[in-house]
Amino acid sequence: MSAGEMPAAETPAAETPAGERRALFLERGSYRRRRLMDAARILPVAGAILLILPLLWHSGSAENGPGPAADAIYVFAVWILLIAGAAILSRFLTVPRAEPPRGREP
Amino acid sequence: MPFNLLLAIALTYVAALFLIAFLADRRAQRGQGRWLSSPLVYTLSLSVYCTAWTFYGAVGYAARSGLEYLTIYLGPTLVFAGWWLILRKLVRVGRTQRITSIADLISSRYGKSTLLGVMVTLLAVLGTTPYIALQLQSVALSLGVFALPGTTGWVAADPTATGLWVAAGLAAFTILFGTRNLDANERHPGVVMAIAVEAVVKLVALIALGIFVVWGIGGGVSQTLARIDAAAHPGWELAGGRWAGLTFTSAAAILCLPRMFQVMVVENADEAHLAIAGWAFPLYLMLISLFVLPIAAMGLERLPDGANPDLFVLTLPLAEGQGALATLAFLGGFSSATSMVIVAAIALSTMVSNHIVMPLYLARRPAGATMSGDVRAAVLRARRLSIAGVLLLGYLYYRMSGGSEALASIGLISFVGVAQVLPALMGGLFWRGATRTGAAAGLGIGFAVWVYALFLPSFGPEGLISAGVLADGPAGLHWLRPQALFGIVGLDPVIHALVWSMLLNIGVFCVVSLASFPSPLERLQGAQMVNVFERTLGARGWSHGSAEAEDLLTMAQRILGPSEARALFAEEARAQGKADGLPDTTPEFLGRLERKLSGSVGAATAHAMVAQITGSAAVQVEDLLRVADEAQQIMEYSSRLEAQSDELRRTAKALRESNAKLTAISAQKDAFLSQISHELRTPMTSIRAFSEILRDHGLTAVERERYAGIVHDEAIRLTRLLDDLLDLSVLENAQVSLNLAEVRLVDLIDRAVDAASAVPGATRVEVRRDRDAEAVSLVTDADRLTQVFINLIGNAYKYCDAASPVLSVEVVADAETIRVDVIDNGPGIPPGARDIVFEKFSRLGEPGAAGGAGLGLAICREIAHRLGGRIVYLPEREGGAFRLTLPRGLGLADAAE
Repeated sequence: MSAGEMPAAETPAAETPAGERRALFLERGSYRRRRLMDAARILPVAGAILLILPLLWHSGSAENGPGPAADAIYVFAVWILLIAGAAILSRFLTVPRAEPPRGREP
Repeated sequence: MPFNLLLAIALTYVAALFLIAFLADRRAQRGQGRWLSSPLVYTLSLSVYCTAWTFYGAVGYAARSGLEYLTIYLGPTLVFAGWWLILRKLVRVGRTQRITSIADLISSRYGKSTLLGVMVTLLAVLGTTPYIALQLQSVALSLGVFALPGTTGWVAADPTATGLWVAAGLAAFTILFGTRNLDANERHPGVVMAIAVEAVVKLVALIALGIFVVWGIGGGVSQTLARIDAAAHPGWELAGGRWAGLTFTSAAAILCLPRMFQVMVVENADEAHLAIAGWAFPLYLMLISLFVLPIAAMGLERLPDGANPDLFVLTLPLAEGQGALATLAFLGGFSSATSMVIVAAIALSTMVSNHIVMPLYLARRPAGATMSGDVRAAVLRARRLSIAGVLLLGYLYYRMSGGSEALASIGLISFVGVAQVLPALMGGLFWRGATRTGAAAGLGIGFAVWVYALFLPSFGPEGLISAGVLADGPAGLHWLRPQALFGIVGLDPVIHALVWSMLLNIGVFCVVSLASFPSPLERLQGAQMVNVFERTLGARGWSHGSAEAEDLLTMAQRILGPSEARALFAEEARAQGKADGLPDTTPEFLGRLERKLSGSVGAATAHAMVAQITGSAAVQVEDLLRVADEAQQIMEYSSRLEAQSDELRRTAKALRESNAKLTAISAQKDAFLSQISHELRTPMTSIRAFSEILRDHGLTAVERERYAGIVHDEAIRLTRLLDDLLDLSVLENAQVSLNLAEVRLVDLIDRAVDAASAVPGATRVEVRRDRDAEAVSLVTDADRLTQVFINLIGNAYKYCDAASPVLSVEVVADAETIRVDVIDNGPGIPPGARDIVFEKFSRLGEPGAAGGAGLGLAICREIAHRLGGRIVYLPEREGGAFRLTLPRGLGLADAAE
């Protein structure tokens, strides 16, 4: 599932009061929140790409590239980055929103 | 390390777990202990992912294949780091729809399909059984490690007996804490707590061992890294296909594994916990895998060649003389095995009982019968039997497979199996176009390929698939070789099976979904799940009214338990604004109740049960349509009834009217009989009297002539009266013969006016006529028609008592009919008498006032009828007005009959 397959999930109808015009441009707080949601969607994709990288190092012969210890350090480093990223994002995403986001992002 | 001491420690540990589970359950029941459902406990309970396969197998895996073991943890890490993308939706759907298992989710999403529920359940059972066997095997093996060579204990003698004991103990624990209460939200705080504790134990055990290996005997980080590089051997290279494929498989598995679904979605108490778990669970996984490679490298270096790497976790500390550490490691492995088996058994038993046992149970009952048995007890019994059955299956598999295979391969086979649910799951959550047929077809083909290409060959060349078939394909079909489908050779068997099963699964799922059309309920459910964040409320629509609150309460009590059910109903009644009593069975309430029940027995079963009570109203749209049809029929029927009753009412009114008329006529007749006898008697009396006088002699000629004249007049009067009666009788009996001829209306009216002038009072009435209008001709009986006019004009002369009486005769003629209105300016006929004015013997005013016998208008009506026309009274005109309508020739046939 790519991020693009979740349209409208974050623009719940219930949060958009009926009859209210959908704002084309969001105010700063909501805009930030939207970008955080984007980041949350990008995070696993970025992680997957980073975790595929070691394969490229060894794409030549088996002797090429760093040894398993270096590979392990790299993988664990990416792992820690993912954990940190997820922790930061979830911290911001679970802050009760001051004002419900409105409108659909173009 | 004495074996008996280890056994005692293990038993103490088990007892402690029972105690923890018991205490947690009790606290939760009392509503205490909010910490029981904290993000920490939630995250730790997710560690049920790390089974004995992780605990022992990861080190063995690393020793054999280097870094590849990490894929099993990287997949879940990516899924959890991206919790916003998939898990958030999964958990929301699971909570709002009160989903009890992965099979329930798939079944619910695709229109509460029983077929899909059964398919997913079977797949899960098939995929999980080897996994349970693996856990039993790990416990047996690890105990075997401690049994010193030469010991004649029962463990060393018969590891399968150990497996049986472990299986029985786990079954007891699971039944005790897993089916304790049939709660609506299907949570098991005791089990979750015990699993969280076990999660800590296994993490602590692995980290302690890791610290010992790296800093205790390994000499620090850099030396450990060097040792890892030195341990590398052929087989440690990263294979691109396996690296990516296994990462994908483990990511799919964490979403689809029944036990993961159980802890992740079903036991989730608060969606916010997911945000914490989004980073905390990857952290747990990272810590678990951190020391795996160092331990493997150290084991390879220090332990003798041929030592089983799957048991390095135990054999390494034992070889180093660290008995306590080994015991801790044993407990960690024991925890990993038991927690997995417990949760998997709960999840599987929920699925088996909700999707296989209960539907059969409900289907066996006569349809439409009320809930006579105790469903709650039946559900609990089904759960317990399922748990025992699942563990028995695991044990049998363990016995069958002989505990020979490498641990990791079973785990991967199982993962690829449950990953077959992924397309249906993701399609169900994100694609409204996914249909039941598509999901069933995709799941079916993926399942088949998995069984054929991976599951059956896993039993080895002498297992369920013969070596010949493996090498040459079934019946010599080379392209159907299980491990080289369609001639693709050289792929790793697991990746081969993964690629083919997923490609065919996804492809068939998409194509069939695109080509098929979902049922209405499916579309409804699909919309609710795909758009779960748009909060579609109550779209599940129960039609109002047919369900009886009492029956529902009775059923709910059997499933939820009396106190919960009553509390639920009372709460609902309060919400509806009722102080006491039962709530109304509104559609919202029915929907909520169904979701609540589905927590205990699954969506499809709950639906069937509510439907059974509510008479199936408005459940499936086909039912709705049928109901609508029936309603339509009822409406038609009732409108027919209405029409009938209208008709009856009209008939009754007519009958009443005619009865009144008959009564009036009867009274008239009585009156007339006395009248007619009087009328007959009066002339007869005078005739007798005067004839007696005439018989006496001595009368003068004048006197005799006068008396004879009186007798003559009276006789004429009598004759006329009798003529009239005879006339009427003849007319009424249709015995009259008409003399038809073409006549001019004006001549007839002239004759009538002349004849009527003999009537007393005729001279004072002014007659207005329009002779031009009257100058029309018609074919009729001239004498009879003249009689009618005479009657009408004579009546006007008699009864018009206006100051200056006027009689007008108005004639309107068209091609076919002639209308003659005879109108005077008198008082007319009073409304009450209009109905009977044409009847025989009816006469208005006091008897004898006008000298008639009340037959004139009756005769007129009969004549008009015989002439093919009719005569009516015109109430809307001033004064007395009669209208005679006659055909100009058409009535002939009728008249001449």
